[in-house]
Amino acid sequence: MELTNPSEKFQITPKAKRFALSLLIIGGVLSTLGIILGAGEEHFLTRIMTNGLINAFFFFAIGLGALFFLALNYATEAGWYAVIKRVVESVALYLPYGIGVLGGVLLLITVMKGAHIYIWMDEEVVKEDHIIEGKSAYLNIAFFWIRTLAYFAVYLIFLRGFRKRSLLEDEVGGTEIHFKNYRKGATFLVFFAVFSSTSAWDWLMSIDVHWFSTLFGWYTFAGMWVSAMVVIVLTIIYLKKLGYLPQINESHIHDVGKWIFAISFLWSYLWFSQYMLIWYANIGEEVAYYVMRTENFKVLYFGMFLINFIFPMLILMSRDAKRDSGILMFVGIIILLGHWLDVYIMVSAGSLGVNAQLGILELGMLLLMAGAFIMILLKNLTKAPLLPVHHPFLDESIHHEF
Amino acid sequence: MADKLIYVMYGDDEVLKNSAKKLVSNGVKIAEVYSPFPIHGIDPIIGVKGTRLGIMAFLYGLTGLTLATIGMHYFMVREWKMNVGGKPNFTYAENMLAFIPVSFEFTVLCAAHGMAITYLLLNRTLPGMPAQNPDPRTTDDKFVMEIRLQDQSISESELDELLKNTGFEELEKKVIK
Repeated sequence: MELTNPSEKFQITPKAKRFALSLLIIGGVLSTLGIILGAGEEHFLTRIMTNGLINAFFFFAIGLGALFFLALNYATEAGWYAVIKRVVESVALYLPYGIGVLGGVLLLITVMKGAHIYIWMDEEVVKEDHIIEGKSAYLNIAFFWIRTLAYFAVYLIFLRGFRKRSLLEDEVGGTEIHFKNYRKGATFLVFFAVFSSTSAWDWLMSIDVHWFSTLFGWYTFAGMWVSAMVVIVLTIIYLKKLGYLPQINESHIHDVGKWIFAISFLWSYLWFSQYMLIWYANIGEEVAYYVMRTENFKVLYFGMFLINFIFPMLILMSRDAKRDSGILMFVGIIILLGHWLDVYIMVSAGSLGVNAQLGILELGMLLLMAGAFIMILLKNLTKAPLLPVHHPFLDESIHHEF
Repeated sequence: MADKLIYVMYGDDEVLKNSAKKLVSNGVKIAEVYSPFPIHGIDPIIGVKGTRLGIMAFLYGLTGLTLATIGMHYFMVREWKMNVGGKPNFTYAENMLAFIPVSFEFTVLCAAHGMAITYLLLNRTLPGMPAQNPDPRTTDDKFVMEIRLQDQSISESELDELLKNTGFEELEKKVIK
């Protein structure tokens, strides 16, 4: 295929801008409405912070998933993905904003002494609770922030490096940058292997502070990875619809579809492993976590599992479905909502428990963040040519076919 | 009726592919290609039908799932309500979670074995079956194209003319009854 205009840049259409803006406005109005309606309610502050944490983490995780996917492709020296590399980068470049929002929410929660979300931040509670006291060598505010800042710093440093070298490669070409990316990508994966687990413990698992599960980190990681892949495929389909990136063919879309299919299984497998082991062993302090979820969130909890497992399994199983933009888009949007619900239950079942709600405030804050995310993603896409013209595997990627 | 088979041997898969393209564009039907490894992109050229092995795999998997469910229901619930780890199996649904790993494994087992056996059977390559390839070198480093004269709309001499400059290494003709 001829490169018609290799240095082509994406331009935000007025329609896309209107869409993102209207999401922001509707989200803002609904959030305000939710705050007015809910003000004075018991646990209201906790509810707001819970929502903040859910959405801050969910969108941060999409960016982080994309960064991980980028590093994975560098480390494995993948060739096929070269034409979609800039899309992956654009999603990953949400990370600085995501870190800002998540950091802000975590800071607010810390200032509010845990806001009944991280009850281990409250000294009064810790004093009277031996289990939390026993964990306080790890779970204390100072060490929590040292770790959080370390995660943020490492993610940002690697993201900056990847992006800088990616843009530099466009100008100078050669293979030196490629091999440097290979080393840096592998190094990132080493950090990420540890941080993806510990950060999930810190930010999500410590909400249910009496409970622990060793595979919780992988479970959270699988969720963030599949969300990132869905956002990547939706962006690709959108760009192709506008006529950008004619180099992306059905095989590339099929490959991303396969990732979504496979990681949905990984996620379901981990969900089930965690659930079944705890259910079988039936130890009181472990089961408490699931009793809360299966009794108070029955429909949402199992519905979320069915959506995230059965849906991609049955619909995306055939080869043709993974090559059909319409089907991928439909399944993608549904499982994206499914994984948002997953994060919603992870956080609010721990922080609010029986008082958790799914109302105007929740919808409003989700739309608000989604609008901001889409706006930032569109902006990121405009910042660099959509094709990495000197990527050493670009030719292989353009001829990718199976 | 007697038919004539023409075996054209090539030393390189790309040469064979280009030759096949040329022959097919001249209306020649290629019956089969023997190769030590799958040649990328040959299927659409010689008109191989899409495989239905995936559908069979799904059906085998479904069979495995059904068998596992029936079996476990019988062993663990109906015949005797087994009590494992303080969880008596009063109904299948109640202890569903405990049965999922076995269901999964048996589904995979049946799908994988069924698929492998079907594949070997369809290709007539089950252990002990007589070899189908015309020349043992096609399992090493040679590529052979099989053309049946009866299938062609052109004459043998025209076919020879077409084959002439395609870069083959050996050409063998065999009359079968």
